Amino acid sequence: MLRDEEGVVPLAGATDLYVSLNFGTLESRRFVNLWGLRPLRHIGMQGDRLVIGALATYTAIIRSRHVQRRLPMLVQASREIGGVQIQNRGTLGGNIANASPAGDTLPVLAAADAVVVLRSAGEERRVRFSDFYTGYRQSQRRPDELISGVEVGPIEGTQWFRKVGTRAAQAISKVVMAAVRSPTPRIALGSVAPTVIRLPRTEAALGSGAGIDAAARILESEIHPIDDLRSTSAYRRSVASNLLRRFWSDSGPG
Amino acid sequence: MRFTLNGVPRDLATHPAARLLDVLREECGLTGTKEGCGEGECGACTVLIDGAAVCSCIIPAAQVEGAEVTTIEGLGTDHPLARAFMDEVGAQCGICTPGMIMAAVTLGPRPSLEKVRTGLAGNLCRCTGYEAIYRAIRKPPVAL
Amino acid sequence: MAVPQSPSPISQTPAVGRSVPRKDGLGKATGETRYADDLVFPGMLHGRTIRSTIPCGTIRDIRLEFDPAGFTMVDWRDIPGRNVVALLTEDQPCLVEREVRHAAEPVLLLAHENRETLLGAEVRIDYEPRSPLFDPELSAQSFKNILIEKGDLSDGFAKAHVVVEGTYRTGHQEHVYIEPNGIIAVPEDGGITVYGSIQCPYYVHKALVTLLGGAVTRVRVVQTETGGGFGGKEEYPSMLAGHASLLALKAGRPVKIVYDRVEDMQATTKRHPSIVRHRTGLSKDGRLVAMDVEVILDAGAYVTLSPVVLSRGAIHAAGPYRCPNTRIAARAMFTNTPPNGAFRGFGAPQTEFAIEVHMERIAETLGMDSARLRERNALRPGDTTATGQRLGEDCSARQVLREAIRKSGYRRKRKAFAGTDRGIGLSLYYHGSGFTGSGELKLASRASVELTATGVRILTSSTEIGQGTRTMHAQIVADALGIPYEQVDVAQPDTSVVPDSGPTVASRTCMIVGGILERAAREMRERLDGMPPMEYFGHYGPMTVTGQYQQPDWIRWDEEAYRGDAYATYGWGCDVAEVELDRDTWEVRPRRLTVVTDVGKAIHPALATGQIEGGTAQGIGYALLEHVTMRDGLMANAQLTNYIIPTTLDTPRIDVVLLENPYPGGPSGAKGLGELPMDGPAPALVNAIRQLGLDIRTLPALPEAIMEAACASP
Repeated sequence: MLRDEEGVVPLAGATDLYVSLNFGTLESRRFVNLWGLRPLRHIGMQGDRLVIGALATYTAIIRSRHVQRRLPMLVQASREIGGVQIQNRGTLGGNIANASPAGDTLPVLAAADAVVVLRSAGEERRVRFSDFYTGYRQSQRRPDELISGVEVGPIEGTQWFRKVGTRAAQAISKVVMAAVRSPTPRIALGSVAPTVIRLPRTEAALGSGAGIDAAARILESEIHPIDDLRSTSAYRRSVASNLLRRFWSDSGPG
Repeated sequence: MRFTLNGVPRDLATHPAARLLDVLREECGLTGTKEGCGEGECGACTVLIDGAAVCSCIIPAAQVEGAEVTTIEGLGTDHPLARAFMDEVGAQCGICTPGMIMAAVTLGPRPSLEKVRTGLAGNLCRCTGYEAIYRAIRKPPVAL
Repeated sequence: MAVPQSPSPISQTPAVGRSVPRKDGLGKATGETRYADDLVFPGMLHGRTIRSTIPCGTIRDIRLEFDPAGFTMVDWRDIPGRNVVALLTEDQPCLVEREVRHAAEPVLLLAHENRETLLGAEVRIDYEPRSPLFDPELSAQSFKNILIEKGDLSDGFAKAHVVVEGTYRTGHQEHVYIEPNGIIAVPEDGGITVYGSIQCPYYVHKALVTLLGGAVTRVRVVQTETGGGFGGKEEYPSMLAGHASLLALKAGRPVKIVYDRVEDMQATTKRHPSIVRHRTGLSKDGRLVAMDVEVILDAGAYVTLSPVVLSRGAIHAAGPYRCPNTRIAARAMFTNTPPNGAFRGFGAPQTEFAIEVHMERIAETLGMDSARLRERNALRPGDTTATGQRLGEDCSARQVLREAIRKSGYRRKRKAFAGTDRGIGLSLYYHGSGFTGSGELKLASRASVELTATGVRILTSSTEIGQGTRTMHAQIVADALGIPYEQVDVAQPDTSVVPDSGPTVASRTCMIVGGILERAAREMRERLDGMPPMEYFGHYGPMTVTGQYQQPDWIRWDEEAYRGDAYATYGWGCDVAEVELDRDTWEVRPRRLTVVTDVGKAIHPALATGQIEGGTAQGIGYALLEHVTMRDGLMANAQLTNYIIPTTLDTPRIDVVLLENPYPGGPSGAKGLGELPMDGPAPALVNAIRQLGLDIRTLPALPEAIMEAACASP
């Protein structure tokens, strides 16, 4: 259907798209309901890869022993999305497809070097998460493709996650960060650029032994936060820098 | 659209993109579930789908096909939580109460204060400051 | 529409002072209770309001870009009476004629049977825009000026050892009653009946009579179960009822208008933003000798209730303190924004925030313990307030202060938190009960008790909006009559049935209206002369006793000079707030709020506690979370996703202590309490934040502002 018809939008947990539709801010009028596609709910291991189906809800992710073992920072992120009601319906695939710069799972997937699996009538292809977004709310998903899931390989090092929202629960993030401490550190941030981003220069600095002060300065120049309804550029820049320092001291030796 | 509503099988001809909230309130005449925001933020519209608490204002009708939906009316008038809310004055204006109770139903027996806070984080109340709601929910053994 | 009664055993012990079952508790817990949007009427249409999209200008043209079949349309020319929303003055039109004075001002009304079709109708309005005014300090138009003077200010300053100055600001606050505004208008019998989420049925009645003029022979207003008000449904329902009625009369069919959350937040009233400037002289030992206060409120585009909000704000602006030389100059200024209005506290949260943060800065300047500064200056029985009112034994400033300090461990924690990321702060506050000055006399409220076959029924226009009106009135009447609480019923507020007891505002529903009912019930008891009510009814038939407000004979108020007994009595409170600062994110987390209040008498201890807890949570939101972002004179964050009120994870443990220092003129000694808890949390939290070395003088204290304060301090 996606291949043959134009303008059809896939709909899963509906926690974002449906709100826009009911508020009259969504152009689309035609949806394909994915909710019943059971195979896309599956969470499990395939060899050494953790596979999470696109329709896995946040609640399922929180409860999954596989995710708790391989990707605990995704469990943490899922706990901080909305309240219980949103967690019971919202899906990982939805968070990815929605492509918001503030999506809470996206820095986790970026820092985990996840792979997005896309399926169309004709084929299945894989795209590295760091290549997936091409611009503000734009991704490599073609109109005839569905996100069928993500794959996460083994992660060496300590995982770290922090979301700074407008309040303690049911909040959109003002800054959200996921990171992995290892000889090659990985740092990803949301809400500081048009898409979720990795910080290659900051990572390189930390990986090559530069001090945290130098790394924080590099981070501040690597991000592009804006003023919006929820927060300010100055706040986001300062807090992102603080989070980097907190990550480094939390995950450091001793 | 075929689903079970408060234990009773229903078969409705309804637009697949209609909000479950509107289907319940208008087509099924069950007005106990309330609309507070229409954006899944306040939880006043909370119902259970297959035992899980969800905001019915953001559930398209098509997605309850084959599911079990429980609303506040499905708990009956003598539910232990209803009694507890009365005893502890857990309801002031009462508009958030049905949603609050539906979320509380999923907390299990004797939940800790922390579990109650976390479990109800998606239900906004403007009258009580939540304290009396905690007293109500933590009072009796909660029957599921 | 009967209210489901909670079943319970008959009892003879007094009801007042006990946490009896709420009259409406069962229906609310089971979902059976019906609110405005739960009601349908045969042939009902849905209504919608087309609003201005600019804040200031003239309408040149209106183009309807939809198929009008099936639509009812109303503009200002359809108004049979006068195109005003009658309140204190008559400056606000019900529908715009040509001049637009704020964004979201109502222009056109549409009704249709099908909600989708209704919402799909497109209307284009062409304007000649003019430059809007948004800054109340630049505004030349004052809706009201108030000057309160006591003693000799210059003499006071001459004697002062230290002078401290400061400016304090608060922003808009939105009520976020979980049930949005909703009204259904039903044309019947040559008249109109309006059902809806309403705090003041008689305000709506008066407004409709003015608006509809001779087009109706009867106006009837019925309050439906209301899902929260907080003042937000005091005046606005008059506008909404007018809209629904105009459509209903033109269509000849019932019309329901229920706002969605976005429209409700954008178009209806909010708390007045404020700027308060203090200049204060202290003696060497920390006594207040001179207070010079300037209060500016942003009223929005029309007068609505701004003069009264200003009044209460001004009267409370000097705080609960004794000072021989005081001047308070207050003004409410026009701006091209949606009119601001009643919100729990009604001016006092703004001005008491200012004085309490100012007192904290004074304590710092003097090097004095801030609790001791409060103690030294707190009003005592026999002292006079800024308006020259001499307080009686019902003044409890020092009692609440001492109990809050003791219970919270304030002094010990103040020392222990020094130099950490934790802070503790306090606020001392008070709140006048009932209408100001001669207001209650002018209202001349009435309330009745009548015999029925099953006992006694209360007839009052006081509304239940969650605070427990039905329950509390029934307790008072039951005890006054000497009959069980279960035998007392409360009629639904319906202007064709109940007398005008005045509005359900100003913390007056217990003290004033409860007092009227108590006297009426006592008179009925005398006339019953020992016979049980149901027996009397059986023998002699119905009896109704109506009570009217009697002003205590000692009250003297000069409206011109703004001097005298501003309120019959005051509630008193002291909050102690503990916070923890996250220096990575500048988030302030409240850890505990200790709230000690004197309410005179807690008629229903659980309800009284619930009111204090709820008001405290609203105050926490006001202090730390709730920010209205205005863009081009319109609320830009008008969704619950972006207007942030506290969730269960944002509120701390709230410890409430109720003290009872009675006011002899109130039923069983009760004072007003509904608004009191709103005055304390914000300054207590900001003063806790001050202990962390962060100088905050503006609400809300969002993390972004905390960060700025942290960068500013050494």
